[in-house]
Amino acid sequence: MHNFDFVKPASIADAVKALSSDGAQALSGGQTLLPTMKQRLAAPAVLVSLTGIAEMKGVCRGDGGLHVGAATTHATVAKEAAAHYPALAALAGGIGDPAVRNRGTIGGSIANNDPAACYPAGVLGSGATVVTSKRKIAADDFFQGLFSTALDEGEIVTEVRFPIPEKAAYVKFQQPASRFALTGVFVAKFGTGVRVAVTGAGQGGVFRWTEAEAALSRSFAPGAVDGLSLSGDDMISDLHGSAAYRANLVKVLTGRAVAAAG
Amino acid sequence: MTKVSMTVNGRAVSGEVEGRTLLSAFLREGLGLTGTHVGCDTSQCGACVVHVDGKAIKSCTVFAMDVAGAEVRTIEGMANADGSLGTIQQAFQDHHGLQCGFCTPGMVMSAAALLAENPKPSEADVRHYLDGNICRCTGYHNIVKAVLAASGQDVSAVAAE
Ligand SMILES: Cc1cc2nc3c(=O)[nH]c(=O)nc-3n(C[C@H](O)[C@H](O)[C@H](O)COP(=O)(O)OP(=O)(O)OC[C@H]3O[C@@H](n4cnc5c(N)ncnc54)[C@H](O)[C@@H]3O)c2cc1C
Ligand code: FES
Ligand code: FES
Repeated sequence: MHNFDFVKPASIADAVKALSSDGAQALSGGQTLLPTMKQRLAAPAVLVSLTGIAEMKGVCRGDGGLHVGAATTHATVAKEAAAHYPALAALAGGIGDPAVRNRGTIGGSIANNDPAACYPAGVLGSGATVVTSKRKIAADDFFQGLFSTALDEGEIVTEVRFPIPEKAAYVKFQQPASRFALTGVFVAKFGTGVRVAVTGAGQGGVFRWTEAEAALSRSFAPGAVDGLSLSGDDMISDLHGSAAYRANLVKVLTGRAVAAAG
Repeated sequence: MTKVSMTVNGRAVSGEVEGRTLLSAFLREGLGLTGTHVGCDTSQCGACVVHVDGKAIKSCTVFAMDVAGAEVRTIEGMANADGSLGTIQQAFQDHHGLQCGFCTPGMVMSAAALLAENPKPSEADVRHYLDGNICRCTGYHNIVKAVLAASGQDVSAVAAE
């Protein structure tokens, strides 16, 4: 790994200032960034740790839902969101393994936007709002394809605000070697309709399956998606599963998620 | 180089590190605590698990400077005060929970974190919690048995498969 200068600011304002220097990059839990730096796929000149910023940590009820600080670990969300938004807590509790959950954070996960990551499905499926150091971005606008988001250079995610659905569930079909999702589906039923977000399947990363949303908005039952079919054309195909396999898995997991949501 | 200080196994320690110095390297090369093993160095195997402020983390996936000031506990801190094996370590020995022993420090630290959270885990709880600890030798069965035994549960009915 190439060397770098390490700074650990105590406020969002100081972090943003530190990130304005040449070659600076944010470090949150490091569960993605450290392995990436070891492979020399990233070589920041300055690493700005966000783990010392108290205002970016914690889970609390706020207007219209649940607010999760961007530097909150998966383990904390699993524990503290359980009483408010069980499906989100369960998603966080199913990420990786206990040691990954004790360091990895929601902000790092969505900023990274790995096509097989769990949180992007939870954030998009909930229709959450991503709060950054300079604006608020709707989840529908935030995720912009493989490893790409609406974030500008030097802009950091500070919080994610989740509206709380009437019913929701995330079902992950685990890829046991990586512990990521081979494919995962998040379903959320609101008074205004149903949202379905799919990870680990689309070549462009997380996406909403709008046909299933329409069908489930009419009838929120596992069988409601039986008649639908999803094309494998834009699906990921690798040695773990072909595009057609993933397309079928999306449908199966959507049914299971609806059943789990009850 | 920057000076970093933390508490390791109850002892205040400090040393010179670079930004890129991993906690695993600081422990092993800086402090000579080579009980913490580095199996993969790619965040997959869990051999390097230590506790930071009471939580199990992979020491190969954290920078030493990011945990400055923290309370760190390693496998060297798991023995009893008189040097005899701690409860979990003894259970691993009694139930043949290791063969080559390379994964064992991480297994013991993960098991300790589990038992702190959940003092009477079920077999399924143990297997689920050890998801991030890979063992190439034992087939896991005796590790699970050792952790259950360390929690004070009767394992006489848990057959060796
Ligand atoms: C063994 C293993 C298994 C895993 N399994 C899963 C899984 O099942 N599901 C899953 O979803 N993930 C999984 N992960 C990934 C894990 O969830 C990571 O924690 C997460 O993807 C990144 O979060 P982090 O806090 O560690 O971010 P970091 O690694 O610190 O950062 C990741 C990227 O985001 C940027 N960044 C970090 N924080 C911010 C911020 N607040 N604002 C803007 N940019 C920021 C960084 O600059 C970097 O580019 C796994 C990881 C490992 C090692
Ligand atoms: S050495 Fe750290 S996870 Fe393998
Ligand atoms: S005892 Fe050899 S790797 Fe586990």
